[in-house]
Amino acid sequence: MSLTDLTIAEASAKLRAREISAVELTTAHNEAVAALNPRLNAYITTTPEQALEQAKAADASIAAGTATPLTGIPLAIKDLFCTEGVRTTAASKILDPFIPPYESTVTAQLKAAGAVFLGKANLDEFAMGSSNITSGYGPVENPWKRNGSDAKLVPGGSSGGSAAAVAARIAMGATGTDTGGSIRQPAAFTGLTGIKPTYGRCSRYGIIAFASSLDQAGPLARTTEDCAILLQAMSGFDPRDSTSAERHVPDFRAAISRGVKGRRIGIPAEYRMDGISAEIDALWQQGITWLRKAGAEIIDISLPHTKYGLPVYYIVAPAEASSNLARYDGVRFGARVDGEDLIDMYERTRAAGFGAEVKRRIMIGTYVLSAGYYDAYYLKAQKIRALILRDFTEAFGKVDAILTPATPSAAFGLGEKMDDPVTMYLNDVFTVPSNLAGIPAMSVPAGLSSEGLPLGLQIIGRHFDEETVFSVAAAIERAANFTTKPAIIAGAK
Amino acid sequence: MVLPAQKPKANLMSLDSAAIRRIAKLARIRVDDSEVATLQSELNAILGYVEQLNEVDVTGIEPLSGGAQMAMRLRDDAVTDGNIANQILANAPDRSDNFFAVPKVVE
Repeated sequence: MSLTDLTIAEASAKLRAREISAVELTTAHNEAVAALNPRLNAYITTTPEQALEQAKAADASIAAGTATPLTGIPLAIKDLFCTEGVRTTAASKILDPFIPPYESTVTAQLKAAGAVFLGKANLDEFAMGSSNITSGYGPVENPWKRNGSDAKLVPGGSSGGSAAAVAARIAMGATGTDTGGSIRQPAAFTGLTGIKPTYGRCSRYGIIAFASSLDQAGPLARTTEDCAILLQAMSGFDPRDSTSAERHVPDFRAAISRGVKGRRIGIPAEYRMDGISAEIDALWQQGITWLRKAGAEIIDISLPHTKYGLPVYYIVAPAEASSNLARYDGVRFGARVDGEDLIDMYERTRAAGFGAEVKRRIMIGTYVLSAGYYDAYYLKAQKIRALILRDFTEAFGKVDAILTPATPSAAFGLGEKMDDPVTMYLNDVFTVPSNLAGIPAMSVPAGLSSEGLPLGLQIIGRHFDEETVFSVAAAIERAANFTTKPAIIAGAK
Repeated sequence: MVLPAQKPKANLMSLDSAAIRRIAKLARIRVDDSEVATLQSELNAILGYVEQLNEVDVTGIEPLSGGAQMAMRLRDDAVTDGNIANQILANAPDRSDNFFAVPKVVE
């Protein structure tokens, strides 16, 4: 088996048994990145020398007996996490020259755990998108292909570079962020597992802000166990994030083998929407059957405000984005375009630096927060957000976790769904409600479409109960035994 | 729920081209005349989509502003770092000594 094909858990065991060295493992990945990234465009910036230095340090740590499960493991870091001394762009031209003088808490914790950073992964600009098409550094190609077709497909978004890198075996795992589905949708589109933990579980310090009340960091990996290993190192209280949870971080990996016997799994009627494909519905039924066979009790539930999740999101997220992105004004960091005066400089800088989707969202956000419209849009959306949370709270009185499809379809082609912004937004219909409620949710690969593309199921849990989410996801993983690999993969001829 | 989304309908909240220019001004984004029509139809499509929220009765419902299930934490009002002017200015497009430099504001 090629080194790039190992899971994190397998590689970690081999490293500690001295069957392989961290330098060998990183070199194999650096070579795979050099071979495949020009085609996939999964990384905006690659850092092979830094990776090799970190790998040498990892080998020393293993020799000294101070290794963690992530020591020497090569990862992709979404280019939304500030990394000290390494350019961080958020896939926006407005941050093209930005080299952070500090490190995000999540990446600092991963570094402290001994992980190796291969580079900064591509994404939709400022994490706004479901396709990676809005990146200022070009789209990412999904390593999966439809049967008998070479058409380029999107990897999903916004963590599309992270997803493509891990699926193509040019990273063993990756960090992502999820504001409305940006970890779970690309994970589903590329046959990976990805978890958005509870809001507050991972520090937002040093993650370039999109919508602060929704943004959460989380991992993408090839197995639920690898996700658990990564999330363990990424989680924890951070005084530098005012919404960071002062909570004990449980042993996520231990939850993998826990099983679902006697657990109550909710099936929300409102997720059975007209217009979702028959094969997505069949996959959902299959997931229900698997969990029932594994000893879970299946319970029909209702989440009556589900259909309002997306419209609430498309008020709340742009409102917060318009405020967060006010900082890009050409004064303190980033690109500047000179103008006749200060205001003209601001306007030219922002016109040239932001892409079309980012401008749209800033303008929508500006409008819904403006005098005279605040109550009709923003306040109303916040009230319906409260109702969405109430739906979940009531459901979790009856069930321990909720099972839904992860996405309404498999990965689509580059250039499809571009007719109008709203068509693209519908990708997030199943994922957005858990961001609004702040609860953990995970996507796990469960099968293939008739065209040979991966499809995911989503498990949603209670606040701070990622353990149940992991245990249900792992039960589906065991039953699905998803072993198909993408067409474009490191080491393939 | 029916996919795809409801198509935008002409409604009271529909934005005209003057409104698009006003929003762009508020957002400090320069918009050329040639971009106004496209932005107008895209923004109206989004506003048309969110219009369905008017169906929901929110009487007596308290707004939910955040994802955190906790009160905002306060910290001690203490200086915890400093003397890093060069780090702070390292990414400045233009600087003058220890200041960010911008075009002249007052003639």
